[in-house]
Amino acid sequence: MATEAAHGAEEGSSLVFHPMDQFIVKPLFGGTEVHWYTITNVTLWMGITVLAILALMVLATSGAKRIPSRGQSIAEMAYGFVYKMIEDVTGKDAVKFFPYVFTLFMFIVFSNLLGLLPMSFTPTSHFAVTIVLALVVFLTVTIVGFALHGAQFLGLFWVSSAPAAVRPLLALIEVISYFVRPVSHSIRLAGNMMAGHAVIKVFAGFAAIAAVSPVAIIAIVGMYGLEILVGFIQAYVFTILTCVYLKDALHPAH
Amino acid sequence: MATETHDAVEGAAHAAESAGMPQLDFSTWGNQIFWLIVTLVVIYLILTKIALPRVGAVLADRAGTIANDIAAAEELKQKAKEAEAAYDKALADARAEASRIVEATKAEINEELKAATAKADEEIAAKAAESAKAIDEIRAGAAEAAETVAKDTAAELVAALGFTPKDDEIEGAVSERLKG
Repeated sequence: MATEAAHGAEEGSSLVFHPMDQFIVKPLFGGTEVHWYTITNVTLWMGITVLAILALMVLATSGAKRIPSRGQSIAEMAYGFVYKMIEDVTGKDAVKFFPYVFTLFMFIVFSNLLGLLPMSFTPTSHFAVTIVLALVVFLTVTIVGFALHGAQFLGLFWVSSAPAAVRPLLALIEVISYFVRPVSHSIRLAGNMMAGHAVIKVFAGFAAIAAVSPVAIIAIVGMYGLEILVGFIQAYVFTILTCVYLKDALHPAH
Repeated sequence: MATETHDAVEGAAHAAESAGMPQLDFSTWGNQIFWLIVTLVVIYLILTKIALPRVGAVLADRAGTIANDIAAAEELKQKAKEAEAAYDKALADARAEASRIVEATKAEINEELKAATAKADEEIAAKAAESAKAIDEIRAGAAEAAETVAKDTAAELVAALGFTPKDDEIEGAVSERLKG
């Protein structure tokens, strides 16, 4: 959808579409070189994410009141949401991974939502970020799996309930799917974020044409609402998949 | 949503070919990964050192308070039930006591009544006996007096007729007549 609009825009030279410009990583304090240590808009928005999490999880809960304030209620809700998810999906013995999973959830959900502010930057729309997140999950699952179960962890790939004849084939498929996990895990999140933001930008470009601008603006409003939903859902999906993968590490038997 | 995502990803890939996709500009990856790791570590530390223990403690405290309150309410309810039972028991006891006292009083009164009746009967009997004796005496006295009068009269009559009355004869005659 975004592509067609973009191509159309390029053909009609009066319009200037740069739907992908919002994703450019650029240094904050001048210069064009982006070294690994350069303070960029990535740094800025990740920092804002940290501050938002700090505000919600630390400042809002500072009273630690038995009858919670509004902010504390939200913090408790987030806590309970992720805690229950990991308990239900992964199991009661997995709550030691709760801080780790909660960190992922909070980072993703705040990045997604803060990225919807005008002029902002969305770290989770970058494959560099989501691939690291997904690889961390992948490595955690693999390492924990082997650490807890040793070679038995490989039983994950051996579907013992299937007929013996198809087991090798299934094992191959299982192995492939296991290694595809981090790819789908990361591209799903970045793709959703990038697509939504690009589509909003494209509609925003159309808003410059008087004839279609009302439609474009209504479409932006609609997309914006949808993107808020998507921001939550993708954070939820990423987190619940992390829980599902962790379950494999803790209980590899089929 | 999955197909939408795929479309979007494909679309983005096309866009990358035409317009250039900042996501695939690998020169910025090091920067992003570095700052991502810093961010995640900071978030992790904030959460594990401050936020999660605090929220966990609050939730546990609240759950404990609620459980305690429910237990206290249960206890009070139990106490109320016990108090009600005690009240009922006291009431029943008082009733039993009252009826016991009524019974006892009734019995006592009966006893007294019986005793009084018996005493009165006795007195009446004594009085009746006394009266009967007095009547007998009077009767006896009267008979004797009549006999005496009869004897005296007979003696006078005999004397008036000019005979010397003989007491034993007169007595015998009077007694014989009186019997008859």
